[in-house]
Amino acid sequence: MAGRSVVIIGAGQAGSDTAAALRAQGFTGSITLVGDERHPPYQRPPLSKGYLTGATLREDLLLRPETFYPAQDIELLCGDEAVGLDREIRSVTLRSGRELRYDTLVLATGARPRRLPVPGADLPGVLTLRGADDSDTLRARLADGGRTLDLAVVGAGFIGLELAATARKLGHRVTVVEALPRALQRALSPEMSAHLSTEHQRRGVRLLLRREVTELLAGATGEVRALRLNDGELVPADLVVVGIGVLPNVDLAVGAGLAVGDGILVDEHLRTSDPDIHAIGDCARFPSPHAGRPVRLESVQNATDQARTVAAAVCGAGEPYTAVPWFWSEQYELRLQIAGLTAGHDQAVVAGDVEQGRFSVFCFREGRLTGVESLNRAADHGISRRLLAAGTDLTPEQVARPGFDLKHLARQAT
Amino acid sequence: MAKITYKHPDGTETVVDVPAPNTVMRGAKINNIVGIEAQCGGSAQCGTCHVYVDETCGVALPEMHEDEDEVLYGTASPRRDSSRLSCQLRITDDALDGLVVHLPERQS
Repeated sequence: MAGRSVVIIGAGQAGSDTAAALRAQGFTGSITLVGDERHPPYQRPPLSKGYLTGATLREDLLLRPETFYPAQDIELLCGDEAVGLDREIRSVTLRSGRELRYDTLVLATGARPRRLPVPGADLPGVLTLRGADDSDTLRARLADGGRTLDLAVVGAGFIGLELAATARKLGHRVTVVEALPRALQRALSPEMSAHLSTEHQRRGVRLLLRREVTELLAGATGEVRALRLNDGELVPADLVVVGIGVLPNVDLAVGAGLAVGDGILVDEHLRTSDPDIHAIGDCARFPSPHAGRPVRLESVQNATDQARTVAAAVCGAGEPYTAVPWFWSEQYELRLQIAGLTAGHDQAVVAGDVEQGRFSVFCFREGRLTGVESLNRAADHGISRRLLAAGTDLTPEQVARPGFDLKHLARQAT
Repeated sequence: MAKITYKHPDGTETVVDVPAPNTVMRGAKINNIVGIEAQCGGSAQCGTCHVYVDETCGVALPEMHEDEDEVLYGTASPRRDSSRLSCQLRITDDALDGLVVHLPERQS
């Protein structure tokens, strides 16, 4: 491995973890990690939560201290970006003009927020939340001299709802506009999304479902002042945050002729159509044994586990990527955790105490458990991950039985 | 500052000085110690920073909160009486100095 060079494009969770995992697994060649932001690699989950309130400090946001990279002999290039890829000579050109030769290239280019395709979407005061700079801007606006603001959030996905919760905690008036019939429709079962919607409304969030934004209107200062909805309603807004999903960053891959289709296409070893190039994290579409089809997953778990898989492949221990997907979200004091994939389930069984807000939704497809959504039930979540990894034979009937307790079941199994 | 010993499943060990106010989890991340994943970044969500505390090292530990207890039911390697989440073991002043933890075979 000595003398070999790995270049990693993208210094988010996936890219940074690849560099660390290569060294941890004994790789002795050169490692260059290129990030387009000026910050060393940092965690994104707190950006919509603790970092906005100040509970999470900047230094706690960093995935690893800055001294980590030189100590591990990892060259970290911040504030630069790959603009060209020549697969013939295995070279990446950076915006700074520098050229990096590679033996293995890892594309961890992430994703960018989707823009709202309506008039006024570029007005000042219309923000998206993806990076630390976005969060800094938003935090400053939300702090704005202690003023109570009208905040409009477009999109009732995880980012939108986490932000709504944080803004309510800070005392702002919050309206969430969602085009689909329910919150988190693509991510959660109807049971869980109904419960979360109620919890938001109970805390004063105005949640408008089946409503679309048709225009953003400016006030006298030229800043955004209101949203116009498709039924004509005007929603006042000092600030608008658009959280309607992301687009994978595939330009470099497309330019180099790699196979792409809503994400850079990779095989079960996370190799692109060029065997010297891997793609991982938010930008990669991979065959998932848990989904039964190629998927693109935007999660920390997926980034870290794919990073380790690629590092192992570079070090000569290539295992297919089969990790059980999992996600989490925090809204108010609600701790939501999802094990496996629940989209496309045909049967859901609720276990636990819904009234008290401590329950899990077990999702089945054709009688087989595919995913479990847990609210303030961390034990259910962890045990479910184990069961899904092992290929469980848990049935809907078992879950529905009075007194069903996953902890008890886990103890019996070990 | 606390001296923390991380014992690997293969019998080797890594000894590092971890400055306050880091956690035992963060101490492992800073030093790129294999065997601590901490996917959730230290918010007692994921159970991938699970350790077995060496009871012979005689270091007093902070009490376990309910969240940590719940998460420990779902760790990839079996839960034992000595199981803790290393993200919940915070170094303050000299607390945890001399702590020895055993890293489990698997975290995920």
